[in-house]
Amino acid sequence: MTELRQRRGEGGDAGYRDNDNISDKETDGEDKTEIGGEADRDSKQDTDTPEVQPSVDNTPECLNKALSGLSSRWKNWWIRGILTLTMISGFFLTIYMGPLVLMFLVLGIQIKCFHEIITIGYRVYHSYDLPWFRTLSWYFLLCVNYFFYGETVADYFVTFVQREEPLQFLVRYHRFISFALYLTGFCMFVLSLVKKHYRLQFYMFAWTHVTLLIVVTQSHLVIQNLFEGMIWFIVPISIVICNDIMAYLFGFFFGRTPLIKLSPKKTWEGFIGGFFSTVVFGFLFAYLLAQYTYLVCPVGYSESNSFAVSCEPSELFVLQEYTLPSPLRTLLRSKTVKLYPFQFHSIALSTFASLIGPFGGFFASGFKRAFKIKDFADTIPGHGGIMDRFDCQYLMATFVHVYITSFIRGPNPSKVLQQLMVLQPEQQLSIFNTLKSHLTERGMIPPAEAVQ
Amino acid sequence: RTQLRERIGQESESEAKTDGEPPSDNEIKPDTVTDVQPGANETPEVLNKALSEWWIRGVLTLAMICFFFIIIYLGPMVLMMIVLCVQIKCFQEIITIGYSVYHSYHLPWFRTLSGEYFLLCVNYFFYGETVTDYFFTLVQREEPLRILSKYHRFISFALYLTGFCMFVLSLVKKHYRLQFYMFGWTHVTLLIVVTQSHLIIHNLFEGMIWFIVPISCVICNDIMAYMFGFFFGRTPLIKLSPKKTWEGFIGGFFSTVVFGLLLSYVMAGYRYFVCPVEFNSDSNSFTVDCEPSELFQLHNYGLPSVVQSAIGWKTIHMYPFQIHSVALSAFASLIGPFGGFFASGFKRAFKIKDFANTIPGHGGIMDRFDCQYIMATFVNVYIASFIRGPNPSKVMQQLLALRLDQQLQIFNTLKSHLIEKGLLSASEEVA
Repeated sequence: MTELRQRRGEGGDAGYRDNDNISDKETDGEDKTEIGGEADRDSKQDTDTPEVQPSVDNTPECLNKALSGLSSRWKNWWIRGILTLTMISGFFLTIYMGPLVLMFLVLGIQIKCFHEIITIGYRVYHSYDLPWFRTLSWYFLLCVNYFFYGETVADYFVTFVQREEPLQFLVRYHRFISFALYLTGFCMFVLSLVKKHYRLQFYMFAWTHVTLLIVVTQSHLVIQNLFEGMIWFIVPISIVICNDIMAYLFGFFFGRTPLIKLSPKKTWEGFIGGFFSTVVFGFLFAYLLAQYTYLVCPVGYSESNSFAVSCEPSELFVLQEYTLPSPLRTLLRSKTVKLYPFQFHSIALSTFASLIGPFGGFFASGFKRAFKIKDFADTIPGHGGIMDRFDCQYLMATFVHVYITSFIRGPNPSKVLQQLMVLQPEQQLSIFNTLKSHLTERGMIPPAEAVQ
Repeated sequence: RTQLRERIGQESESEAKTDGEPPSDNEIKPDTVTDVQPGANETPEVLNKALSEWWIRGVLTLAMICFFFIIIYLGPMVLMMIVLCVQIKCFQEIITIGYSVYHSYHLPWFRTLSGEYFLLCVNYFFYGETVTDYFFTLVQREEPLRILSKYHRFISFALYLTGFCMFVLSLVKKHYRLQFYMFGWTHVTLLIVVTQSHLIIHNLFEGMIWFIVPISCVICNDIMAYMFGFFFGRTPLIKLSPKKTWEGFIGGFFSTVVFGLLLSYVMAGYRYFVCPVEFNSDSNSFTVDCEPSELFQLHNYGLPSVVQSAIGWKTIHMYPFQIHSVALSAFASLIGPFGGFFASGFKRAFKIKDFANTIPGHGGIMDRFDCQYIMATFVNVYIASFIRGPNPSKVMQQLLALRLDQQLQIFNTLKSHLIEKGLLSASEEVA
C-alpha cells in the first residue's frame, strides 16, 4: 500500500495536487534519506521510504560468506568500507593506465548517470508505455556527446585530423552536422506526440534535456580539465572524496549541531572539521603529485598515434621559495619554505569543495526526497548508484574548469594559429603588424627587425 | 463559447478545440488566462464576429510589421534592446504558465524571484561575452571593464552558484517537488529563450540582413501557408494542428522561397543592411559601413539551358547571398513549422489557449515567436559553418593573451606564411 501510494506519478493533472499533499506529509518522517552520510543504509527501519527498485542485495556471494558472522550493522560498515577501498584502487588503476582509459571511464560513468536519472524519470511519470521515448532520450544523448566530443577532438587532435580527409570535412562542418542531428531528434519528438500523452511527453523531453545539461556538459568539462593535466582531474576528485569522508568522521565523533534541515545527518562540526582537514589534505596531496611530469603536463596527441604526456612543467609546478611570515618562522624554524605555486591553487579548490560542494549533495538529497527515492540506483552495494557517488563532483568539475580558464590557462596556441590561417590575407597582415609592434615593445624581437 | 472558437488561421487556438478532447478541457482553470476579448463582440452573428476578429488581426499584423521596420531604421542598438525586451517578456510568459500549472502562487516571494535571478545571471553571462567580442577596444580602455571581462566567466559562474545555493537553502519540506519542477522549468526556459535570443543578436551583428531576412521569411511563410491553406486546403498535415494542410505547406514553401529571393535582392543593395555592425570606439557609436563582401556583390550567373529557353536570358545578375536565402527560406518553410507544432503540443499538454494576452488577436509574444527560435539557431549555425570566418579582433585578443614565447612562435609561423603568399617582401626576413 505504501509503495502504491508513493509510486503514483504525474499520470493525470488532477492527481497532482493530491499526490503532492500525501507524499509531502511523508517527508516529515523521512529524515534518513540523504547522501554523504555514510550510515544512511543502516536506516532500514524507516518504512515510509520503500526503495523504488526492489531491494535486491547486490553484494557478491563471497563477501556475504565472509561477513556472515557479523551483525547486520557491522556488515554494512564492512561492505561500504571494502567497496570504498575498491573504488579508490580502481581510480588509481585507471590513472595509471593513462588518459585514453580515463576518457572512456568518464564516458562510461556519464552514460550510467544519465541512465539512472532517466530511469527515475520514467518511474515518476510511468512513461514505460512510451517506447519512442527511450530511443529519443538515448538519441539526444548521442547527439550532445557527438557535439562535445567533436569539439574536443578538433581542438586536441589537430594534427591527426588534418591528415584524414573525411575527418577534415566532419570537423569543418561540425556544428552544422551536430545541429542537423539534433533537429532530426527534435522533429521526431514533435511527430511522436500522441494525443493522450502530451504532458507526459513534454515532461520527459524536459527531463531529458535538463539531465543532458547537468550530466553531459559537466562530464565534458571533466575531460577538458583532464587534458589540461591529469593533476587537475585527480586533485579535485580526491578532495571531494576526502571532504566526504572527513566530514562524516568529524560528524560521527564530534557531531552535535545540525547543519541543514534537508540533511539531518550533517552537522556543523562535520562541516568545519571537514573543511580544515580537506584544505590540509589538498595541500599535501598537491605537493605529492606536482612532482610527476606524467600528471602535470597537458595531454597532447603526438605523431605516434598515442597520447604523450611529457613537457617542461609550467611555473606552477616548479618549486619556489617562499619567505615565511614571522610567526610561522619561529614555528617551523626556517626562514623559507619550498612550495609549488600549485598548492595555493589547491587551497582554493579545497575551499570550494568543502564549502560549496556540499550544496551539490543537498541538491541531490532534495531531489531524492522530492521524488521519493532512497538512492539513484543499486549499482554499488552499500553506496547506491553511480550518481550518488558523483553528485558533489559535478559542481566541482565546473568550478575547476571555470577556475582554469579564468586564472590558469591562456588560449590554446595551436587553435589560435588555426583561426589565424583562416582569416583573410589583409586581416592576417594587419594582425601581423600589430603583433610585431607588440613583440618589439616587449623586447622579444630586436628593434632592427622592426624596420619594414 | 463562440469567443473560444475560431481565431481563424491561427492553428494554436483552433486545434485546442478540435483535437477531440471534450470542450471542458479547453476551459483553462480559473487562475489561468483564457478569453482574449471578454466583451468585445456582442453581436450574435458569427460572420460579424469573424470579420471583426479578422480586422483586429489584420490591423495588428500591419502594426507589428510597421513597428519592425521602424526599429530597423532606428539602428542596431535599438534592435538589441527590442530583442532583450522580447526575451524578457517570453520568459515571463512561460514562467507564469509554469506557476499556474503547478499552482505555485502560494510560494513566498523569495522563491518565485529565483526565476528572474537566473534570467539575470544567464543574460549577464551572454551579454558579457558579446560585449567582450564586439566592444573590444572600448573594454580595453576602461579599467573596471577590463577586469570584468577578464574574469567574466568566473564572475558569471559565481553569480549562478549564488542562485543555486539560494535555491538549495530555500527548499521547504512540503514543496520539494514543486520547487524542483520550477527549477527545471526555469532552466529549460532559459535554455530555449535566452540562448536563442543571443544567437539572434549574434546574427544581427553579422549584418542586419541576417536578422531581417530570416524573420521576414518566417512571417511570410506563416501568412502564405495560411492563405494557401484557406483557399486550396484539403489534406490535413499533422494531427497536432488540424488546420494545417499539405497544400498550405507546399504553397507556403514555394512562395517563401520566391519571396526570400526577391527580398534579399532588394536588401543586398544597401550597405546599411549588409555590413557587420561595429562599434566605433572613437565616436562611441555603432557604425555600419564597410566594403561589402563578395556575397553582396552582383555576379553574373550563366543560366542552365532549361531556364534559358524559358526566360530567354542567357545570364542573370544575382547576389550570391540570394542563393543562401534559398537555403534559409527552405529551412523556414520545411523545418520552421516544427517549432510551431512544438508550441502547439506544449499548449495542448498544459491546456492553455495562448501563451498570454499581450497582443489582442494574436495571443502572447511567445505565440508570435515560436517559429522564430529554431530559425535563429539555424541561421547562426549556418553563418558559423558556411559564411563567417573567425573574428579578427577576437583572434588578436587571444593572441595577446598567450605567453610571449608562444606569441613569438606564432609570429614566425605567420611571417613565413605571409611571405609565401607574397604579402610580405622577403627582404624583411631576418636570418
